[in-house]
Amino acid sequence: MSLTKQADEGITFDTFMEGVWRQNPVFVMVLGMCPTLAVTVSAENAMSMGAATTFVLVSSCLLVSLIRNLVPKEVRIATYIVIIATFVTLVDYLIQAVSLKLYEALGAFIQLIVVNCIILGRAEAHASKNPPLKSVVNALGMGIGFTIGLLALGATREILGAGKLFGMSLFGEHFQPWVVMVLPPGGFFVLGGWLLLFSLLRSRKEARAEA
Amino acid sequence: MNDSLSLIFVSTLLANNFVLATFLGLCPFLGVSGRLGTAFPMGVATTFVMLVASLCAYGLNLLLSYFHLDFLRLIAYIVVIASSVQLVEMVMKKYSPALFRALGIYLPLITTNCAVLGVALFQTAREYDLAQSLTFSFAGGAGFTLALVLMASLRERLQLANVPTLVQGTALSLILAGLLSLTFMGFAGLGAGE
Repeated sequence: MSLTKQADEGITFDTFMEGVWRQNPVFVMVLGMCPTLAVTVSAENAMSMGAATTFVLVSSCLLVSLIRNLVPKEVRIATYIVIIATFVTLVDYLIQAVSLKLYEALGAFIQLIVVNCIILGRAEAHASKNPPLKSVVNALGMGIGFTIGLLALGATREILGAGKLFGMSLFGEHFQPWVVMVLPPGGFFVLGGWLLLFSLLRSRKEARAEA
Repeated sequence: MNDSLSLIFVSTLLANNFVLATFLGLCPFLGVSGRLGTAFPMGVATTFVMLVASLCAYGLNLLLSYFHLDFLRLIAYIVVIASSVQLVEMVMKKYSPALFRALGIYLPLITTNCAVLGVALFQTAREYDLAQSLTFSFAGGAGFTLALVLMASLRERLQLANVPTLVQGTALSLILAGLLSLTFMGFAGLGAGE
């Protein structure tokens, strides 16, 4: 048993930064696309969705990590899903109680956090193999990375599509909004654009490293 | 809700296409749409799971509201979906092992396909009756298959094109999806007026 156990490297800065930058769920791994594109019509929605997902991610990873030695291997995925669904139900009721307006804006996508691949992916790939504190740190990093990604998309779409940021008008009244950016196709275009930007930066960095 | 069945079918298939207008089921849409040969069976498998899930969700919802256990809805749905995916997986492994291998990791991932859970949640939220729910889930699955097949055809065609290396990969798929979505916006308003 001790042979198969992963060598514990302890918590490093990279445990946290993995999710924020190197393995950013939105821009690098391209996971959890459905909420990413659906709710990012404004920066505010993006922020709330990010916070809700981070909460579910951190608490499920903590619980999964705590019970990781008790769960039989065959039923682990089902167990994780039930844990995640429980926390999502909590968040769902919480948001409903705190802000009905937000609840209506996010709609079914709060409940759809359950099937966000990032959470199940983290539970399976990290939390089920690591001690509680370490997996919480990692999950927090992932959650923050996800929120940053959502915010980048949401802010871009709100600025282009409505001329606003967090509901504040930016360009005065003569601004002609680029409406398609807040409509579904805009989500695909903006994310495609961000990915293009990152691959441009990466290729320039590699070119510079070779020169 | 007393929408007619044909209205539900057309609007879910085209105007509110699951993938291109409501952003459900994007992971398999981007992941499995590389080849037409796998995209179509994937669509059919997902449609089947959706129908089963929709049927179960309808029954479960009756049961849960009878016992006032609404807060268990999400958990109950996801467990049902996970089991029906397992069923499809076993059937496919037995009758078509080649296809089973081709779909690979994406088959068990139907469990985490938002489109399947989305069907169950939306039909509950819109208070559809049984016939409406089944129509809704079938149209959703057909729309998903349609989007997947269109995307796969486009991507197969693009493999022969000379695309700059910078754009290749996910960015290209996303921009393609954006264009497709723009096309489907042309259907908006279809079935909106009574």
